[in-house]
Amino acid sequence: MTESAPKAPLLSVRDLAVEFQIAREAPRVAVRGISFEVPANRTVALVGESGSGKSVSAMAILRLLPDNARISGSIRFEGRELTTLPAAQLRDLRGSAMSVVFQEPMSSLNPVFTVGNQIAEVLRIHEHIGRRAAHARAVELLTEVGLPDPQLRVHSYPHELSGGQQQRVMIAMAIACKPQLLIADEPTTALDVTIQKQVLELLAQLRKSHQMSVLFISHDLGVVGEIADEVIVMQDGIVREQGAVEKIFTAPTHPYTRALLACRPDMERHPRRLPVVADFLAGKEPDLHDAVRVPRTDQEVVLEVTGLRKSFRLRDGLFHWREVPAVEDVSFTLRRGQTLGVAGESGSGKTTVGLTLMRLHQATAGRVLMHGEGGTVDLLSLSEAAMMPFRQRIQIVFQNPYASLNPRFTIGHILTEPMALHGIGANTGARLAMAAELLQRVGLPRDALNRYPHEFSGGQRQRIAIARCLTLRPDVLICDESVSALDVSVQAQVLNLLLDLQEEFGMAYIFISHDLAVVRYMADQVMVMNKGKAVEMADAETIYRQPRDPYTRKLLGSIPRGLAGRIVG
Amino acid sequence: MSAAVAATAMRAPRATGHGVWSLAARRLRHDRIGMAALAVVGVFIVMIVLVSLHLLAANWADEPGVHYANPTFLGPGPDDLAMIEPPPGHMLDLTAVDPLAPHYADIERRARELETNIRPRIRTLPFGGDRYGRDVLKKAIKGAQVSIIVGLAAALVATFIGSVLGGFAGFFGGRVGDALEWLYNVFTSVPYILLVFAFAAVSGRGIGSVIVILGLTGWTGVYRLIRAEYIKHSNREYVRAAQAIGATPLSRMFVHILPNVSHVILVQLSLNVVSFIKAEVILSFLGLGVSVDSVSWGTMLNEAQSELILGKWWQLAAATFFMAVFVTAFSAFTDSLRDALDPKLR
Repeated sequence: MTESAPKAPLLSVRDLAVEFQIAREAPRVAVRGISFEVPANRTVALVGESGSGKSVSAMAILRLLPDNARISGSIRFEGRELTTLPAAQLRDLRGSAMSVVFQEPMSSLNPVFTVGNQIAEVLRIHEHIGRRAAHARAVELLTEVGLPDPQLRVHSYPHELSGGQQQRVMIAMAIACKPQLLIADEPTTALDVTIQKQVLELLAQLRKSHQMSVLFISHDLGVVGEIADEVIVMQDGIVREQGAVEKIFTAPTHPYTRALLACRPDMERHPRRLPVVADFLAGKEPDLHDAVRVPRTDQEVVLEVTGLRKSFRLRDGLFHWREVPAVEDVSFTLRRGQTLGVAGESGSGKTTVGLTLMRLHQATAGRVLMHGEGGTVDLLSLSEAAMMPFRQRIQIVFQNPYASLNPRFTIGHILTEPMALHGIGANTGARLAMAAELLQRVGLPRDALNRYPHEFSGGQRQRIAIARCLTLRPDVLICDESVSALDVSVQAQVLNLLLDLQEEFGMAYIFISHDLAVVRYMADQVMVMNKGKAVEMADAETIYRQPRDPYTRKLLGSIPRGLAGRIVG
Repeated sequence: MSAAVAATAMRAPRATGHGVWSLAARRLRHDRIGMAALAVVGVFIVMIVLVSLHLLAANWADEPGVHYANPTFLGPGPDDLAMIEPPPGHMLDLTAVDPLAPHYADIERRARELETNIRPRIRTLPFGGDRYGRDVLKKAIKGAQVSIIVGLAAALVATFIGSVLGGFAGFFGGRVGDALEWLYNVFTSVPYILLVFAFAAVSGRGIGSVIVILGLTGWTGVYRLIRAEYIKHSNREYVRAAQAIGATPLSRMFVHILPNVSHVILVQLSLNVVSFIKAEVILSFLGLGVSVDSVSWGTMLNEAQSELILGKWWQLAAATFFMAVFVTAFSAFTDSLRDALDPKLR
């Protein structure tokens, strides 16, 4: 292909600034004058952490920002100035010439329509095809984005799909009308690694076959390195570094770029503590040397799980029920101070294992033996009332820090509730004092007690969720995708915190994650799950050096590796 | 400086001892519109209490004015008697042939000795009079008693039943949900008026019956909404987290989820108050509502229909004004309450 140099770029952004007017306060500046271009037939990545203004910049292109946003600067798409384009013309562009894959699939899909209907709607608006044809196209598109059973799934409602499947539906909607510019806002963040790989390959292949450009927004440099041609690193609404992907990865000039590259756990390096962004910005080069992690086999066993099974009953017709196995025959032992990593993709049953151990789901079969001073008890055989004291010993930190804290409760209320339920602390005052101490332990100020969850960032909320578990001094802490929703630098901080707390309190972790690099960093032992079965279990080093199971090998091969894993579309 | 920091740190945790609801009350107190609305609602409540104690508008049923007396600010209407013109021609002196003529003086003297309690009808009333010459203003005040008690109480009953049943159906699902859905289906399958008739036949007449009838038939809409909210919320992670720390199902339902769905309940409550005030009119019209010897805004509106043709608009105006002020204030108050319950909107 001949790259004719003077050809005008598909999209050209000049001095774009966006500010939000909130109530009568001073306007909050989200983007402070950025300029970039998206040439035809290229993938340009906007990289940055949350709050860097990358999503706002992208949404400004489509003018999909709330009414209180003020946009200045110039955005030209195929020579047309978008900032002043009449709304009707812009509407024609949206969804056809330019389309978007949003960040949150759960809220981007309309929960009251089937996914088939929603895909068909896009087609019927822009391509004016009939109901039947649109439906057939929807099935095709769902097949294309790798949704299992597309014939059946086309009739599903969004809540019946997993997060990964929902995002695939979103991508299907975005590529439905074969756009010239696809704005992908964190499109693979919620996806499984193997699916992420497929989607990235799909995007690369679609970009080539449809001659379109992709504006790829991501926080994950590993992913960006695989797909992007050019990279723009953003922080606090300004562009920190901009250039060809090879240059960004091999010779980053800005310390922020270097920090982003370093603070994600990767498969090769294994430092004791993960570096955080602040270290780099302060000019310190953190110690990235490997620390040998000694598996702790001398400690006593706290949890012993044998033959755990869980199947769900789904209504199938008026009076008929169907058994759907979610977890089949899972067994492991967990020692004090040890971490069991549970890796697997969505639908593998890894979360169900966690919830069943906690008795948040009723297990179908198996034993969960908890060893302790009072002897050994099978948690699954206990009544709800008899389970109560054991709830103190096994706790869980959920994935989504935005959903796991009751929005109507103050942090003080959230932290003292478990203590009140389990009779810890003499009175509210004593409990609040303990809560304040725990907040400080997880790195939050004491005055957080009076505030509400929405006043905190995702990382801070996850610290609060961790503090809530710590109020009960559990022996076993289940971390169910606990860092998956966080920015890399925040993720590094929370992982460091979890390691510190484990050392301090001697807790055993069951660390459930889809992110193999994070599991490898955290775990002593790793169990790989697929479709409800534990396919392989070994200590972390072995499983990553000599994976035996083909599924484990596939999983390891899908981990984003930046430039090393470059996808050639 | 450090002492001040320590003092704040010591003082800070104190405030969190309060629950969701008392913090909401504190936020409500800072909302000027909400407090103004609450004051208006309060005035109405005080009015109802005074009416109930016969301290206000006790004599609403008196007929002091003339037939359709004008409001005072319009001045007296044309006098019916004055409108009868004297017959044309000369007045004849019939004294000579009238057999009673010698007795007129005596009759007048005797008449003066007698006392009468028939007061002359007043030509104007503060806000006009109705067909019987009753004071419209007093009727509106007395009518507030029936209308607001019926509207508020029935709305509270209906919203309460709907919220509790909806909560159970949504939270537990399964058999409980199926049973409640069945009940809901039975209720909604019967035509509304027929259902009301059935309840009215059982419960008889009077304000109490109207409240029971409207409360027991009006919960279905709230039920569906709250059920949906509970289905949505019971799968949220914060509810799971509450279960993980050992919170009982009832505590999860009412302590954790309820504050998060309270905005739906409040909006439904204020909508129900309005619709039940109107529903009372229909019931009264069908002879199932309040008895004919009492008054409500509904019966006033009903009377106003025929009066408007005669150009007598004040009864309609009075009832509408009172109703509009109350309903607006009540809606504004529930809106503020909803905002106060949402910590994000501080």
